[in-house]
Amino acid sequence: MRLRRLMRKIAFPILIGFGLAGPCHADLQTATGEASSTADHGAFKILKREFKSGPEVTEACLSCHTEAAEQLHQTTHWTWEYKHPVTGQLLGKKHEINVFCGSLRSNYRRCTSCHIGYGWEDRDFDFTSERNVDCLVCHDTTRTYVKPSAAAGHPAYHDITRDGEIVVENNKPLKAVDLALVAQNVGRTSRFTCGNCHFYGGGADGVKHGDLDSSLIAPDKSLDVHMDAEGLDFSCATCHTAEAHDVAGSHYSMQARDEHGIDIPGRAYGGRASCESCHGTRPHPANVNNKLNDHVNKVSCQACHIPSFARGGVATKTLWDWSQATLKLKRDEAGELVLNEQGKPIRVVEYDEHGHPSYMSHKGYFEHGENVVPEYHWFDGQIRYTLLDDEIDPAEIVSVNKIQGSYDDPDARIWPFKRMVGKQPYDKQTNRLLATHVYGPDDKTALWSNYDWIKALEVGQREAVLTGEAEQEFSGEFGFVKNEMYWPITHMVAPKENALKCAACHSPKGRLAGLGGFYMPGRDSFPWLDRIGLILVLGTLGGVLVHLLGRILVSRRKPS
Amino acid sequence: MKVMIYKRFERFWHWTQAALIVALMITGFEIHAVYSLFGFERAVNLHIILAWSLIVLWAFAIFWHLTTGEWRHYIPTTEKLMAMVRYYSIGMFRDEEKPFKKSLSAKHNPLQRLAYLGFKLAISPLIWISGLLYLFYTDWPALGLEGLSLGTVAMVHTAAAIAMLVFFIAHVYLALTGRPFYAYVKAMITGYEEIEDAEASGKKP
Repeated sequence: MRLRRLMRKIAFPILIGFGLAGPCHADLQTATGEASSTADHGAFKILKREFKSGPEVTEACLSCHTEAAEQLHQTTHWTWEYKHPVTGQLLGKKHEINVFCGSLRSNYRRCTSCHIGYGWEDRDFDFTSERNVDCLVCHDTTRTYVKPSAAAGHPAYHDITRDGEIVVENNKPLKAVDLALVAQNVGRTSRFTCGNCHFYGGGADGVKHGDLDSSLIAPDKSLDVHMDAEGLDFSCATCHTAEAHDVAGSHYSMQARDEHGIDIPGRAYGGRASCESCHGTRPHPANVNNKLNDHVNKVSCQACHIPSFARGGVATKTLWDWSQATLKLKRDEAGELVLNEQGKPIRVVEYDEHGHPSYMSHKGYFEHGENVVPEYHWFDGQIRYTLLDDEIDPAEIVSVNKIQGSYDDPDARIWPFKRMVGKQPYDKQTNRLLATHVYGPDDKTALWSNYDWIKALEVGQREAVLTGEAEQEFSGEFGFVKNEMYWPITHMVAPKENALKCAACHSPKGRLAGLGGFYMPGRDSFPWLDRIGLILVLGTLGGVLVHLLGRILVSRRKPS
Repeated sequence: MKVMIYKRFERFWHWTQAALIVALMITGFEIHAVYSLFGFERAVNLHIILAWSLIVLWAFAIFWHLTTGEWRHYIPTTEKLMAMVRYYSIGMFRDEEKPFKKSLSAKHNPLQRLAYLGFKLAISPLIWISGLLYLFYTDWPALGLEGLSLGTVAMVHTAAAIAMLVFFIAHVYLALTGRPFYAYVKAMITGYEEIEDAEASGKKP
């Protein structure tokens, strides 16, 4: 009896303690929450009508959700603009330049197909318009709300066909959207809705990020332990929590080292978009070797727990060489350009052995990769961009976004990155990167239909000047500069058994072989000390052997 | 006459320490990437367990040395020091008698005293202090040790480990120079040794 009471007093609390200490995921709510909603939008009269356009739906939404548009107007999803509080740089898609299609300027309709608004077709878009906020792109649950790639954010109002067939873009057929159906079925965001834009950045599935692609719509556990469709089934918003439509976890200002730990009511720091928000700052069970927990001050969780990216069967672009664009075009046997019905040149497209495009006349040369091993760098969460007005050194590789941080920086940790490389156009007289007018099927200057760099750079750069992104017009003389761009890797978290083992880095030629500025056991040594050590040890061994030999010889000469 | 010269605890301490140090060297030099045996992670785990074991053993050994007065065996002396040097370098080859006679009051010859003192007061403390700093690297800021660099600590630890290895090689060799060659080792195992000295009659040092 006494023993049992003792058991109850000691063992029970211990067991409970273990239950609390270990993440007991079985208890987590994994449903997307549709059933928990108190409103059936299908029952609302205002949604039971025919809608001719997206803005009409938004007006209906705003009649109840009166503050929604105003809230969204404050977010980077809407403004595409971010004033960096530390570097002071004005960033966001509106202002930045990247190593993919270059810049938004002059290419609006194509780029803004992923803006959460309707009709951003030129520099005069009205950012105060409430009816132009697109509610459905995020809140659709029918998976039928499709946006053509160059409709300035509008959905397909009619079937988009080519040669009598429905066009399929980004794995989705562009069939006319039944706006009433979508509106009556709105719900929470999902991996599918977020993915509509975030999985297809850079023009196609998986191109940009490397850790975000369509394989995350329904991933298995090995691809992402949290988003596992058969398991925890986290949506993006499970971690990227939103307050007044402002979604946490933007990469414009990341928290590379979250010291706040678990976010609970009364102690939440700007959302749940860090591993520590749930796992705390001592995430590993302590055993004899508590070194894993000791690593959290210098090594990001992602560095070990995302051993490689683009693991879901979708390749990511790793190289884009714009200097090859326009060099190859379709020619006849006599070497003359073959023209299409509009009198324009015809593209050449080539594929690599895995079926990924390796050359396109309008874009240049590409390389793709799957299961890519990241590069590792010190990162304090700050990224400094090379903007159109920043001078570059064309003899050097231009870091379009420079990762900030070092070993000595207490806010910095080692993070994994996708390093995207290539070449992009710059102005040889001003030594500045140039904005290219790539998209514009109906005009005479866009690169992708006219294959003339000079015209495309003139128009692209002029638009950049007109919008204040650049000071100088295109001089007329351009070249291509080697570039690089870093993408922090934070998704595709592998199950713990697939996390990197110590020796992946703690070895002379490990993953961190190139990361300098600090001493790392197993990787580093002091060659002079090792050399002295070797001499001493061999010297002692030699001395001992000579001594032994001497004794043996002497004892043989004088047999006792 | 045959007397118990190495007490039971002393023998336990010596051989346990020997085993721990050998294992620490094997795992330690693997962590230093000299070779690959257990794999880095297991080598680190073992190294930590072994290190804590050695520290516990030493806590007992220090207590034993102090309470029994055995620490006096390590007081350095110059008496017969040069004679011992001459013996190892010349005398031994001429089959001369060892100039030092072991007794209960002086178990170690003057060279041994020096070597063991160096082991106990230099090599071991260096390896421990650097090793503990190494182990508690993340706590340096809390301990007010921000100025320290991991590289320096690692360097000291490696240097001390090399000194330990040199000591080990010489110690093992000299342990096998008895007559017959295993005489000293046997004494270290059984505790008993033949002693001619008058003091061997049982008087404590």
